Amino acid sequence: MGIIQTLNLIHDYITRDEEGNEVGTVRALDDVSLDVEPGQFIAVLGHNGSGKSTLAKHLNALLYPSGGTVIVDGMNTQDDDKLWNIRQEAGMIFQNPDNQIIGQVVEEDVGFGPENMGVPTKEIWERVEESLKTVGMWEYRKKSPNHLSGGQKQRVSIAGVIAMHPKCIIMDEPTAMLDPSGRREVIRAARALNDVEKITIILITHHMEEAIYADHVFVMDEGKIALQGTPREVFSEVEKMQALHLDVPAVTMVAHELRKAGVDIPAGILTKEELGAALELVPSVASMQSGKIS
Amino acid sequence: MALFVDDITYVYEKGTAMSVNALNHITVEIPDGQFIGLVGHTGSGKSTFVQMLNGLLAPTTGRILWNGQDIHEDGFDKKPLRAAVGLVFQYPEHQLFEADVLSDVKFGPRNLGLSEEECEKRAEEALLATGLPKEFWKASPFDLSGGQQRRAAIAGVLAMHPEVLILDEPTAGLDPKGRDEILDMVRDMKNHRKMTILLVSHSMDDVANYADRILVMNAGAIMMDGTPREVFERYRELEPIGLSAPQTVYILEYLKEHGLPVATDRLTVDEAAAEILRARKQRNV
Repeated sequence: MGIIQTLNLIHDYITRDEEGNEVGTVRALDDVSLDVEPGQFIAVLGHNGSGKSTLAKHLNALLYPSGGTVIVDGMNTQDDDKLWNIRQEAGMIFQNPDNQIIGQVVEEDVGFGPENMGVPTKEIWERVEESLKTVGMWEYRKKSPNHLSGGQKQRVSIAGVIAMHPKCIIMDEPTAMLDPSGRREVIRAARALNDVEKITIILITHHMEEAIYADHVFVMDEGKIALQGTPREVFSEVEKMQALHLDVPAVTMVAHELRKAGVDIPAGILTKEELGAALELVPSVASMQSGKIS
Repeated sequence: MALFVDDITYVYEKGTAMSVNALNHITVEIPDGQFIGLVGHTGSGKSTFVQMLNGLLAPTTGRILWNGQDIHEDGFDKKPLRAAVGLVFQYPEHQLFEADVLSDVKFGPRNLGLSEEECEKRAEEALLATGLPKEFWKASPFDLSGGQQRRAAIAGVLAMHPEVLILDEPTAGLDPKGRDEILDMVRDMKNHRKMTILLVSHSMDDVANYADRILVMNAGAIMMDGTPREVFERYRELEPIGLSAPQTVYILEYLKEHGLPVATDRLTVDEAAAEILRARKQRNV
């Protein structure tokens, strides 16, 4: 069984007038069913207002369904008794690291989650060490978060989530505010967690390049899943993606332009290595056969 | 009405143990009608620098000249300067506060002491320029989507009729289409109203696609100043300071290493595809 399942999930936001009376509803999620296997790396794409963040908030019970159900590791998010277990199993990372860091010192911030869960002190410190080492921030443990770069702060936020030993981490545009090196750091950390620790990752992003490593991509539009498949399947649909207000990775777009100009290469090229192989400059690469970029 | 930055430094918490040199002897001219991209990693001094340009921060040493006049000289009136140099902060939608969009956009011009009629006219023009549909003008800014809120907030600065428009990461968190729409609008401002644009961005692809000139900041200093091609030609120097080249450069570099005779300084997808086609033709001759 999947670690995260949504079944016909519906979410309506209620709009109110100045007196607080209900004047209508806006359907943000419309019959979304998905099933995520443990250990998968999932990317969720979609334009602003397509329902991505609303979906993310359902996955750790920050929102409750207006219709349908959400099951996290066998627990129904509408079961109040399970609320804290769900939030511990499914950790969440948001866009702005400054809104997520509360400690004066890095290691205190990371220890905050397990401390709240009532983990014994000795084990808290073990978890802090293990989490900071996982994201490569152990040497910064005594620093003030204020003196870190954006990418480093976001890695500390991730360490804070890992310290709670979640099975799944939902990242809602974790790189939107970061410079290129910060973005690389965070994506590398996310991939390592998935590869090494086997933590299920659900990455919501506007950067198409970040989605090419995913096992499966969901593209949202108007609260529904408009397109899904492997990165190659999804990014092969250049025109469809553009109609959904999205891009494809730059290399996919270059290859698409070459195809339009009559060059005989396959659709859905995802890396420069694949383009080199398609243009017969280098022997073909393993990823084209296996379908998975490593 | 060009801006001239004359050898400025800025020290945060000067004289304390926490003292940090945020800006280190920056000299740069910002002439009329240029689209300038300002890039640098987090903490390189970009935000401190842009706050100097409309007098929100005063340099520790050095001068900022507006039309030849020192803006921190005794008797210099900063109010017209702040209207002329418009600053759109990161996540400007967090600063929306009025009951409806139109009133929010009118707030700036009203503070300039303009007539109600003039304020209304400017607000409508600004909203039209940002492409926010009329049906939203009377709505509460808080009922708009993120992308719409951002347009409303930018309109609030445009209604001040700035000559220089500084935007700090205006596309952060926007989807690709929203990003293109905002940047196209900004380019129109430059082309049709001769506005000077200073775009602070973490996206190398965006500055490569839109800017005439790129300033690269590192450790509080301007490390490079040139056209996008000139700057991104030196991409190996950009990587150690947390930046990168547009992705097309890496694609072309890889193909060149593996025997396709391409030039690597093509910064957009169309240019890169054309260059690959050219090189293939050349090779087959």
